[in-house]
This record gives sequence, structure tokens and C-alpha cells, in this order.
Amino acid sequence: MSIRIAVGKGSCGIAAGAAALSDALAPLLESSGISLGTVGCVGMCWLEPIVDIYENGLLKARLVHVQPEQAPMIAQAVKTGDFSVIDPLRITKEDHAFLEQQTRIALRNCGMIDPESIESALDAGSYQAIRKILSQENGMSPEDVIECVKISGLAGRGGAGFPTWFKWNAARNAAGDEKYLICNADEGDPGAFMDRAVIESDPHTLIEGMLIGAYAIGAQEAIVYVRAEYPLAIKRLEYAITEARAAGYIGKNILGSSFSCEFRIKAGAGAFVCGEETALIQSLQGQRGMPQLKPPFPAESGYWDKPSNINNVETYANVAWIINNGGEAFAAMGTEDSKGTKVFALTGKIQRGGLVEIPMGMTLRQVIFDIGGGIRDGGTFKAVQMGGPSGGCIPASLLDTVIDYKKLAATGAIMGSGGMVVMDDSTCMVSMAKFFLDFTAKESCGKCVHCRIGTKRLQEILTRIVAGEGKDGDIELLEELCHAVRDGALCGLGQTAPNPVLSTLRYFRDEFEAHIRDKRCPAHICTDLLHYEINAEQCKGCTACARKCPVYAISGIVKGPHSIDQSSCIRCGQCMATCKFGAVSVS
Amino acid sequence: MKCQCAANPSDLSLLEPVLAEYADIKGSLITILQQAQEIYGYLPTDVISHIAERTGSTPARVLGVATFYTQFRFQPVGKYLIMLCDGTACHVNGSARIAAAVQEYLHVENGGTTEDGLFSFSIVACLGCCSLSPVMMINEDTYGSLTPAKVLEILKNIQTKEAAK
Repeated sequence: MSIRIAVGKGSCGIAAGAAALSDALAPLLESSGISLGTVGCVGMCWLEPIVDIYENGLLKARLVHVQPEQAPMIAQAVKTGDFSVIDPLRITKEDHAFLEQQTRIALRNCGMIDPESIESALDAGSYQAIRKILSQENGMSPEDVIECVKISGLAGRGGAGFPTWFKWNAARNAAGDEKYLICNADEGDPGAFMDRAVIESDPHTLIEGMLIGAYAIGAQEAIVYVRAEYPLAIKRLEYAITEARAAGYIGKNILGSSFSCEFRIKAGAGAFVCGEETALIQSLQGQRGMPQLKPPFPAESGYWDKPSNINNVETYANVAWIINNGGEAFAAMGTEDSKGTKVFALTGKIQRGGLVEIPMGMTLRQVIFDIGGGIRDGGTFKAVQMGGPSGGCIPASLLDTVIDYKKLAATGAIMGSGGMVVMDDSTCMVSMAKFFLDFTAKESCGKCVHCRIGTKRLQEILTRIVAGEGKDGDIELLEELCHAVRDGALCGLGQTAPNPVLSTLRYFRDEFEAHIRDKRCPAHICTDLLHYEINAEQCKGCTACARKCPVYAISGIVKGPHSIDQSSCIRCGQCMATCKFGAVSVS
Repeated sequence: MKCQCAANPSDLSLLEPVLAEYADIKGSLITILQQAQEIYGYLPTDVISHIAERTGSTPARVLGVATFYTQFRFQPVGKYLIMLCDGTACHVNGSARIAAAVQEYLHVENGGTTEDGLFSFSIVACLGCCSLSPVMMINEDTYGSLTPAKVLEILKNIQTKEAAK
């Protein structure tokens, strides 16, 4: 009987203490014959650190929220075979249902294999698709590969949803022998982390998908553009490339065929606009990452003016599965317009936050409530933000919207790269709109006047509104400016920058009106609009609030009712957080 | 930017291996700047001029590229760089309270460095650990599910560790 213990060590797992746990386990298992290994992220981030115990390759126990102090208990259980001691650490049935309701293709190996071992990836079936394609007897031509991807209906998972086969075909047909295949791993969308998880947990699946793409378009070089903020992803991908090269999957005459492909990684330097493909190419060339006019499209003239194809990580992560299982199998999942599965990063005020991969066609309600377990801390669902700074907020009344590129776009949000930030009634939608405009105004590259100045003006108006200085006519002005920015910008960043404002105006107009006319923030978030008061009847005169107040705005005698001097109150809310008797109220 | 190179010149020889490898490869400017920042902790003016000279460019163009990207700094940073995430998920889960706690404890503004040179503080875009929000990174270590109390404990631990050295 062979026993293997695997500790989940993605960035989130490590942040939750997985490395310390692994260090505590290692000496306890020495010379016990039990192997201790690393896996990536299984996507159940709210349960980190997670430890899996495998017996003869089968998952025997999944332990959650494991602390280093519990290492001896685990070591004892696996050594004696008496697992009852670790029963309290086992994942609950409800939490386990999070995974059972998913269909995993892009994430198929995440959390299952050791990302730093090509053997582990090979055991899970990596590189079978490229073997099949390059096989001497019954291989596939580049045209066959493109046809298979066409049948699958795979569309760009970075947000635009453009058919993958079409881009590949255009790059394949472009004139010239020198071509490039690029992976966009500059995951800048706040609230999305699936690309990081795929690279950290299963880098060989990305490499294989890219190899297939390079073969299809006729590229000799593949480049991965990764965010510099993802050091672990870069490290694991570097190592995986080295291992794949040693095993003959990267380099000259791959698997004895005439196909050759080199890989390299380029670390991004922090610019959201570099997610736009022409800007990404500028950045790869060592320049300011400013978008260029299309056409020419990168497929004709991209990196160093050569035909280039750019897809994002999740798109490539689906490719090997499609080749192995056939385009039809992928197309069998999903809706009329959107095929296959999509990964979402479920975060915010959600009970079970993590990575969710589901077939297109599920409803938002199923993802947020059935899989995600609904709102945490007893809050009420208010909205879900999708598509980050380019997307919008979808309100409770539209929770039954089907997940599909067109249906989501009809709500004013977008599929985007898959960030799903859930908000409850403690979120102020006006301040959310301002948050996104702060972001786009900062990230606008400055090339187009409408984007550069328009986002700045939008941000200024929103800043005024949340500060209680909104005026009649502000809503109309916001709308007019939004349309101007949308129409006047060259690239996706500018064209979609107004979406967070337009969608909140569409569904939460009353909140804007409350801020502007009544100088009131219904969610009690915008500090300038808050008013704290002490209820004299409930106040016991314990003086706790007066001692905590940073500006000494609270006065009163011991055991007598206290009061707040409104002119000096800075509305920090410390009094309310301190009061044990619920005497402080906010309005 | 005030030039301080005359008073305190950078040791340009440290950059030589990087330039030897990349100076002649077209499109390598960002890689060179990243490695220069690794070496010096930031991008001093004389280093920028030197890179321009060696890559056949101008200081204006090199600075133009460097200032476009948020990764590059033009002032020295503290030994510990605190990057507090203000992505959507962290924002919704109260990153503002964490920022206030750090700023109050260390007496440092966003983008600033403490007087003892130990900490620099920077509010950054999404770090991609959204499920543990609010999140921060200190150098290469990530800390999640932060509360004001937890942040203070982390900072105090670093201070204690440094004081013992």
C-alpha cells in the first residue's frame, strides 16, 4: 500500500500557511515510506490550507484549514492507518459539493498533480494531444487542428470571446515563414485569478496548448507574457519549460517530427492596458504599451511586424482536451452561442470563494448560490460584478440570467475574463462605480483624448457625488460623457471604461439620486455622508467610545449618557465598533 | 527629477552582466530595466542614462518606457516593500481599513518610505489572491484574510526580527 500526502501550494495556499504546514510535516514523515508532495490549487480557496491523502492513487481524505500544529496528528493517522483522529479536519459534504457541481476542462489537473514534476503531468495525460498530432502514422495536419478547434466552438476566454479558430486560421494563412504564438498571461482584471491558478498548478497544460497553437499557425517561437506580480507562476512555468525541453516537447524536431518550437517567458511590468493585444505586442518589443490602430491585425502584422497569434491562458488550457476528446465533445456543452466551459473566480461577500469551472448555460444563481453557497455573514445579495473595469454589475432581479456571451452582454455586463465579485447590501454602488473609474483613469495610456480626459472627468464627478457635493444634472452629464468616451476611444480599455458607470446607473439609479439629492449613502459606506449618534437611553456611560475616538469628539460624564460633537467628528466609525451596548447608530 | 548622480553615483559595473546579455537584443529594454531595479532597488537617473547609452537610445526614451509601467520606481525603497491590494474583491472586503491601519502605525503615506528606511508602502492593483481578500504582499510573501490587528502583528514581527539583527 502506498500513501502519498499532497499539500496544496498555490499562492493562496502558501499565504494561508501551506508552506509552514509542509515544513512541519516533512520531518515527521521521514523514513516512513510515506511520500510528501506538492500540488497546486484545487480552487477551494476558502478552505486553505488543504491536505490530500492518497492511498494507492485514490483520494482517501481531504483535510481543510489545516494548521502546522496539526501535523503530528496527520503523521500519526497515516502511519497507524487509524484515520479517526483526523476526522474533525475532513472536508464537509456541503463544501465538497462545490467541486461536484463543476465540469473541469481547463482546470482538469489543478490541485491533482505536482506542478513541478513532468512525470506527474504525464501520468495525468499531458502531452498526449501533441503526440497524437505529430504521430507519423495517423497525425493531424495544421488544417485538421484548426478544423477541430472550429468544430469545438472555442472562443477567446480573455474577455473578447472571439472564435479561436478564426484567429489561428488568419495567422496560418498570413504570408511569411517567421510567425509568433503569444500567450497573454497579463491577468490584470481585478478580481480574476484563474490564469495564475492554471500556471501555478498545471503549467504543462498551458505549454501543450501553446505547442498545438504554434503547430497550427506555423510558429517557431512561443512567448508567454506573465504579470510580474505573479512570481510563483513565473518560477513554476520556467521550471516546466526546462522539464518539457529535456523531455523533447520543446525545441528542434519535437518528438522526431519536422515541427520545432522554442519557448520563452517575458515578465510584464504592470500596465492594465497591456492586456490589449496590440499594446501587449508593443510591450514585448520593449516599448510603452500603447494600443495600435487595427487593421493590420496581429495575425497579419504583429510582433516585429510578423504574423502573430495571441490567446489567453484559459483558452490555451482547453486546447489539448479538445484535441484528445474531439471538437464535438466540447461543443456538446454550453449554449447555442457559447460552447464548452468557463472558469470563474468567485470572490467578494461569498460563502465559498474560489475557482469554479462550469458549462456555459448555467445561471448566475446556480453559480453564486448552489456552488458558492450564497452570501456570507448572513448578508443579502445585492449585485454581482462581472468583467472588472470593462464590465458591469448585475442586480438580484437578473440572477436567473444564463451564462453565455450574448446573454451577459445584454445585461450591460460582460463575460470578461471571469471575475465574479459578489456584493451584499453593505456595498455602495456609487462608490463601486467610482472605484472602477479610479482604476481606468489611472490605467488609461493617454493616447486617445476621450479616454485620457473623459475617464478623469467621470472620476471627478463621481468623487464629488460620494463626497456629498453632487448636483442636479450630474447623472445626465455622466451619461453623456460615458457615451462620448465609449465612442471616442481606440481600444477596448477606453471603449468599455464607462460600463461600470452605465450599468450601475441602469440598475441602481436610486442610489445615485440618494447621494445627489438627499446627501445620503444607503449602504453607509461614503463617510462624508454619514452621521453618527449616541442613543442616550442605551448609553451606559462606560466611556469606551470617548477613549477610542481619535479626535476627542465624544464627551460625557462616567455612567452618564455621552454625545458626539458633529462638527469635529471625522466619521471613522470607531465609536460604533467599540460600543458593547449598541448605543451608537449611523444614518 | 533632481539629479543626484554627481553627489552619489551608482556603481554601474553591477549592471555590466545584464547589459552584456541583453544590450544587443532588440526589444529587451523592459527586461534590462527590471534587472536594474533588482540590483539597485530602484532606477537611479545615472543608471537610466547609462542604459540609454549602451542600448543606443536616449535617456528620454528609456525614462518614457520606465514611467509607463507601475513596476518601476525612481526613489529608493525600504527593505520591506508592503504592497496592499486594492483590487475589487479586496476593496469590497475592506482594504481601506487595512490601509488606514498601516498608515497610522508606520506613519507613512501611500508611495512613501518610513524614516528608518525599513518599510515602503504602496497600494497596488489586484494581486490575484482574491479569495483571501484583503491581501497584501511584503516583498515576495503574501498575507491574506487581513484584519487591522493581524497587519499590526505582522509588522511588529518584522520590526522585532530586524531589531534583533
